[in-house]
Amino acid sequence: MSTFFTIAVIVLVFLIIFQIAKASEYVAVLKGEEKSRKENNKVNGFFMITFLIIGLIGVYWCNELFFGKTLLAHDSASVQGEKVDSMLKLTVIITGIVFVLTQVALFWFAYRFQEKENAKPFFFPHNNTMEIIWTVIPAIALTFLVVIGLRNWFSFTSEAPANAIQVEVTGQQFGWIFRYAGKDKTFGKKYYKYIDGTNSLGLLWKDSAGLNLKDDPAAHDDIVTTQTMYAVKGRPCKLIIGSKDVIHDVGLSAFRLKMDAVPGTPTTLWFTPKYTTKEMKEIMGNPDYDYEISCDQMCGNGHFGMRGVIKVVSQPEYDVWLAGLSSAYSAAFPAPSTTTPAVAADSTKKMAAVIAKAVKGALAKQ
Amino acid sequence: MSNEAVLQTSVEGAVAHGVHHEDEHHEHHHHDTFISKYVFSMDHKMIAKQFLITGMVWAVLGGLMSVLFRLQLGYPDSHFTFLEDILGKFWVQDGKITPQAYYALVTTHGTVLVFFVLTAGLSGTFANFLIPLQVGARDMASPFMNMLSYWFFFLASVIMLSSIFVETGPFSGGWTAYPPLSALRGASPGSGTGMDLWIIAMALFVVSSLLGGLNYIATILNMRTKGMSMTRLPLTIWALFFTAVLGVLSFPVLLSGFILLIFDRNFGTSFYLSDIFVQGSGANTGILPNEGGNAILFQHLFWFLGHPEVYIILLPAMGMVSEILSVNSRKPIFGYMAMVGSLFAIAILAFLVWAHHMFVTGLNPFLGSIFVLLTLLIAVPSAIKVFNWLTTLWRGNIRFTPAMMFAIGFVSLFISGGLTGIWLGNSALDIHLHDTYFVIAHFHIVMGVASMFGMFAGIYHWYPKMYGRYLNNTLGYMHFWITMIGAYLIFWPMHYEGLAGMPRRYYDYSIWESFKQFGGLNQFISTVALIVFATQILFLFNFFYSIWKGRKVTSKNPYNSNTLEWTTPINPGHGNWVGEIPEVHRWAYDYAKDGKEFVPQNVPIDPNESHHH
Repeated sequence: MSTFFTIAVIVLVFLIIFQIAKASEYVAVLKGEEKSRKENNKVNGFFMITFLIIGLIGVYWCNELFFGKTLLAHDSASVQGEKVDSMLKLTVIITGIVFVLTQVALFWFAYRFQEKENAKPFFFPHNNTMEIIWTVIPAIALTFLVVIGLRNWFSFTSEAPANAIQVEVTGQQFGWIFRYAGKDKTFGKKYYKYIDGTNSLGLLWKDSAGLNLKDDPAAHDDIVTTQTMYAVKGRPCKLIIGSKDVIHDVGLSAFRLKMDAVPGTPTTLWFTPKYTTKEMKEIMGNPDYDYEISCDQMCGNGHFGMRGVIKVVSQPEYDVWLAGLSSAYSAAFPAPSTTTPAVAADSTKKMAAVIAKAVKGALAKQ
Repeated sequence: MSNEAVLQTSVEGAVAHGVHHEDEHHEHHHHDTFISKYVFSMDHKMIAKQFLITGMVWAVLGGLMSVLFRLQLGYPDSHFTFLEDILGKFWVQDGKITPQAYYALVTTHGTVLVFFVLTAGLSGTFANFLIPLQVGARDMASPFMNMLSYWFFFLASVIMLSSIFVETGPFSGGWTAYPPLSALRGASPGSGTGMDLWIIAMALFVVSSLLGGLNYIATILNMRTKGMSMTRLPLTIWALFFTAVLGVLSFPVLLSGFILLIFDRNFGTSFYLSDIFVQGSGANTGILPNEGGNAILFQHLFWFLGHPEVYIILLPAMGMVSEILSVNSRKPIFGYMAMVGSLFAIAILAFLVWAHHMFVTGLNPFLGSIFVLLTLLIAVPSAIKVFNWLTTLWRGNIRFTPAMMFAIGFVSLFISGGLTGIWLGNSALDIHLHDTYFVIAHFHIVMGVASMFGMFAGIYHWYPKMYGRYLNNTLGYMHFWITMIGAYLIFWPMHYEGLAGMPRRYYDYSIWESFKQFGGLNQFISTVALIVFATQILFLFNFFYSIWKGRKVTSKNPYNSNTLEWTTPINPGHGNWVGEIPEVHRWAYDYAKDGKEFVPQNVPIDPNESHHH
């Protein structure tokens, strides 16, 4: 009933507006079209300047309301992010000045030079000096921004330092798989046709005559986890990024960086975390806070639930954590004598639970 | 002197002669059937109206889709059970839009608005309508090709529409259709039949666009009336010319990308596919045989059109805005040659910046740096245009017609959205802001809403020429102010969501510690979007009501404008001018010159006239 009522009210409002509009046209005809046109002109000229003033106040107010909710309100969580933030601030200042000046000019001119009796518009078809000025000044400002931007760009995309922790990140619908090189500090070879229920990345754990590939010993001690990866505060962390199925994107908003995960074409990204997760919980004032990996490239219907977590810890904590893990190979084929390592399997379950919650059962492929 | 006087008399004679015989002229065409006049018409003016109305239908559908997915974003916890009755179980379950339906809506909204509304609806309408009228031609170079252009578009529309009704849903991988998601049926239900139909519709759309574009170029280059040199063309025509050139050179690349995609989808090739394992069961799942392809190749082919496409959308709006600002300021456009030059510069640079959409694909950083440089370079001609528009307003005598309001609104939005382009074009910032709401705010303001404003400006300004009647002004002003305020209320705060890193194309943000703080804002944005959408219904009503009931146009040149379309009869027939086509003696912007309010292009130069360039 209330739905019908709402619809009736909306229709009624439309009819009233329409009748007013029609009536105003008749009034215009009665008053003289020229006269009512001039009245309209005055009203709209006034609205123009009002829009400018209220708009600028609104811009300020919007900033007051939402600035605190952006990342800029807090220190960047990575060394690289500091450069992004300082560049953002500089760009805000430069574009902000241009924004205010041009918007003020636009609406002020509209108001100031609205049609007036006896006003003579100025025949002013061109002026080379003015045009050269406003070609050169933007060009200089942009050169400035390009130089700063490219310096940062080349530093972000440079080779990671030698002491960097290396983590391989693989996206899949809809979650993340992480691989660490293990004791030999070398990533074993992998090939996607080796992927099966126990070998989620397709590591070369055995010979294959059909594929003409040999078992890679380096692959046997590689550690594989899902959903959560670890990094060390103050130590560069290099991600080697790939995907099993479609294009994903490793979005690290707290670190101000991101990189696509492309099947068949590995990409890399490195950053240096500045705060541990624990410190960051305090900075954000949120005990539930975690560094999140958001998938930033449309990857299917579960895209919005493709959440990963980065735990940033101190070096000793990291060492303890890493020592507690056993290789993916031994998890898949446990030797009878060793205890079953539960980390990988456990986090798989956790991830599955998160996805299930996010997708709310609506993802069934029909 | 005497020579010109004779010419003037003959032109005036011809016009008078034409007016006199107008009725006879109409009778001459009385054998037009309904089909040849309204359906398979070869009159550029009718084809323009066909493009416009089809575009409007799509705009309503596309807008409605955005309202639906904004409902999910704004009210993720509410249950709209009545939607289930209207849309059915596939789209709405338990009163909530399903994730798949959400992604299908987002994808179709993007595709439809970019291609069907702002390409076909905008340049299809105004290139068709204005080119022959403003260059002084009786019709397009090939009226038949022009008709085909519309009907290919119509066919594309029908197929796109039908994809909404297939069992597995329409394509739902985003309007950019990146493979492997778009290539693999197993990766998403929408990548099945829905994608087949999407890609066929898009291929037909490219055909339509090419047929139209070639025609526009041929007409502008070859069919200008006597005296209409290129430098006397109104800026609308220059803008439409560059638009057509961009389309003709870049759409074939998109089509080639689509053809390779069709091969990958259907014929087992591996242009875009390599090393893929898809979980699930059914077609294209498990270990796929494809190796050696590169998914990024598609992005290069796509954005080689995709970026010029932004200017295909924007340039016609810029052209019309230049014209409308000048006419209603009663003042020449400032820096005509600089305006043409900056259009040219934008058209060239449009082809050289495509990879700025791909900074985070793992692109070679050096290549990325070149694209940063070229991308920020495009801000220079854009800045020139803005400053020239501002100077055009300066010391004018401004008449706020609804068209003029939308033109001013366009400039405001173009500034706001253009400036954030400087942020995103800088790769070191893009690496942070890429694929966040900042991007959504940027391109909706600068390309979506601004071009929509250009389109509205064009409709309000040339409606009297299209239908011989006026739109209702009061509704026009309401339409402008609500849309203008609404557009800023919707998109301005989105910048802040982007600065928090909030990713686009998310169905629900509630599980994210980093992004869930914007629930209230999302609700506000959705509410405003609903109001703005309702206001567009008001415009539609105004449009269709006024075709039959609007105030009649009583003079040939209601705006005291200089361009040639206002020398035609109030309701021009096929062929536009009765009698001879007027000869052109001057540029289109002699407003306020030598104390005269306006001097139309077909008025010969007076020997006592001052010379300006």
